[in-house]
Amino acid sequence: MSTNELSQRELTQQDRAVQERESQEALRYYSATQWQLVWWRFRRHKLAMAGGLFLALLAFLGIFAEFFGPYSGVTRNTDYLLGPPQIPRFWDENGFSLRPFVYGVTTERDPVTLRRIPTIDREVRHPIRFFVRGEPYTVLKVIESDIHLFGVEEGTVHLFGTDPLGRDLFTRTLIATRTSLSIGVLGVLIAFVLALIIGGVAGYFGGWIDYGIQRLTEIVRVIPVIPLYMGLAAAFPREWSTQQIYFAMTLILGLVGWPTLARRIRGQLLTLRTEDYVVAAQIAGASAARIIGRHLLPAFASYIIVDLVISFPYLILSETALSFVQLGLRPPDISWGILLQDAQNIRAIEQAPWLFIPAAFVVTAVLSFTILGDGVRDAADPYTVSGS
Amino acid sequence: MIRFIVQRFLGMLVTMFFVSVMVFIIMELPPGDYAERYAFRKFSGTGVTVTEADVNNIRVKLGLDRPAYERYFSWIWGIVTKGDFGPAFAFETSVNNVIGQRLWLTLAILFSTLIVTYLVSIPIGIYAAVHRHSVADYSLTVLSYLGLALPNFLLALILLYISVTVLDSSVGGLFSQEFEGAPWSWAKFVDLLKHLIVPAVVLAWSATAFQLQTVRATMLDELNKLSVTAARARGIPEWKVLLKYPARLAINPVVSTVSFDANRIFSELPIVALVLGLPELGELLIKSYIDLDMFVAGAILLMLTFMIVFMNFLSDIALAFLDPRIKLEGG
Repeated sequence: MSTNELSQRELTQQDRAVQERESQEALRYYSATQWQLVWWRFRRHKLAMAGGLFLALLAFLGIFAEFFGPYSGVTRNTDYLLGPPQIPRFWDENGFSLRPFVYGVTTERDPVTLRRIPTIDREVRHPIRFFVRGEPYTVLKVIESDIHLFGVEEGTVHLFGTDPLGRDLFTRTLIATRTSLSIGVLGVLIAFVLALIIGGVAGYFGGWIDYGIQRLTEIVRVIPVIPLYMGLAAAFPREWSTQQIYFAMTLILGLVGWPTLARRIRGQLLTLRTEDYVVAAQIAGASAARIIGRHLLPAFASYIIVDLVISFPYLILSETALSFVQLGLRPPDISWGILLQDAQNIRAIEQAPWLFIPAAFVVTAVLSFTILGDGVRDAADPYTVSGS
Repeated sequence: MIRFIVQRFLGMLVTMFFVSVMVFIIMELPPGDYAERYAFRKFSGTGVTVTEADVNNIRVKLGLDRPAYERYFSWIWGIVTKGDFGPAFAFETSVNNVIGQRLWLTLAILFSTLIVTYLVSIPIGIYAAVHRHSVADYSLTVLSYLGLALPNFLLALILLYISVTVLDSSVGGLFSQEFEGAPWSWAKFVDLLKHLIVPAVVLAWSATAFQLQTVRATMLDELNKLSVTAARARGIPEWKVLLKYPARLAINPVVSTVSFDANRIFSELPIVALVLGLPELGELLIKSYIDLDMFVAGAILLMLTFMIVFMNFLSDIALAFLDPRIKLEGG
């Protein structure tokens, strides 16, 4: 009897401990802010995390492209035109080397076609050194340096090979990553601001303003996107500088990208504006801008973020496609589309398949964005049960 | 029903009008006017000095000195009454001559792409929904991710690369050399069909990825409906249950998004056409944009968009037949 009582008391104590832990977890859960909940849910989505980390890595590589690449994006190596990738090795038939090396290259003229053909000289080894001094560069317009992550003291190292003009494709791909990603970011931001204003006005005021804006978005959406982009891009004056074209491109991407976002914002606003707390704010005399910004936007901010992430890949693909057909950015700017111009015709692909390498970057970046977008959407949806 | 069709038809005309205004604005966008470009193209390299007066003469001759709205209406009037899309100065002929049979080839590509898309996405989407969480379902998800991530023009390049290196033949173009200038015959038609397969697959790539997801999602929703359970309870064979209830409804969103698919296909067509060397409107569109031959570009943009608007109209009507609920809401 007494032992039984004792065990029962122990049991209840255990129970209480479990309950306490549970209630603390529940407390942590119920007192978490919306963004904490979203973050917790997102963290469980391993694939999306991987996508996000990969994009962060790409952005990092892009921002410090001149540091990670051994050359500048425009330096020509006339001895190695359209040269295949030089892959660093640790050993070959001549023995093992702890320091990776690349082979030396000599160029000879083909006696028939008179083309210069680079040949690999397996006897000459150029050891790869890290943090070598090379061509000076400026990162983010502030940091000046001439130290590159890796390089060779004699000879050359072209990890991805070279393009028809003998420029290092590895460095150029990294710089292109920066250009293409940044154009996507700016484009999305512009589209977002436009969508916010137009969708906000349509959704908040409703009535004929809403009707007019709706018809306008429908008409913009009915024209095929890429031909529309191209039409706007074709209007750039030939004498514009690359910077002007860069900003004009972001503007165009933003201009054509807003209708989808605007539609989402409008739909949300239309359902939210009849909520009691909005009516209360109106009665209290708050201005329209304040109600939209302070009361309505936070209510569906997560949806907007999801849409932003999802619209990224489209903008990046559009930029790539436009530059690819010479209607977007122009050389000497370097973007994924511009790099792929070299791989446009069949002869180039046959001769130099490594010109395709930038395409791998495009595909992985877009794939990461799509997966990330999926993860963010699941995480931002308040109706997914978290913690289970 | 007739009232519904008339309403949709009028709506289509209104949309077409606004689209034509937007296209006209795009045509007017490039800096410098048509007369200057015309003079430049015609006389550059010939040693003739072109004065401001000459340019003005051309301007008056082409009617470019009139205000924009007058030019817009005469342009539209020519299209509506005579089917005349204006001059194409890069080719020194009319737009109609330049476009020629490209319009029909474009339509051929569009329809073969749509057929490939639906032949693939509807059955496979239904299969994936029925066999949820199976290997097929997961591989489908992966594939549709790739469908979104791998742009069509890259796929076209990859197919070109494979065909050249592995198969040792080219997939470019729409006709074999012996049929290039030949009059239409059965053999030429078969040859065209053969050449249409690659562009159709390339263009259907992302449209299929989208539709697969749509069909699968609608199917999943419909499979949980009580009507399905009831049919099963009555002992109807499983395949009949699937066909009669969920599959029928799963096709509705596909029908209603035909014009979106057409939009997507036309959006991707120009670049794919450029890579594969297809002699159709999209390829010409890029060329005329680069040449700033805006009458040609405008005409093509107008045609592509009109086709989309028209398909939207057709799909609205088809949907009204398929799903009686829509008539009540719309008309």
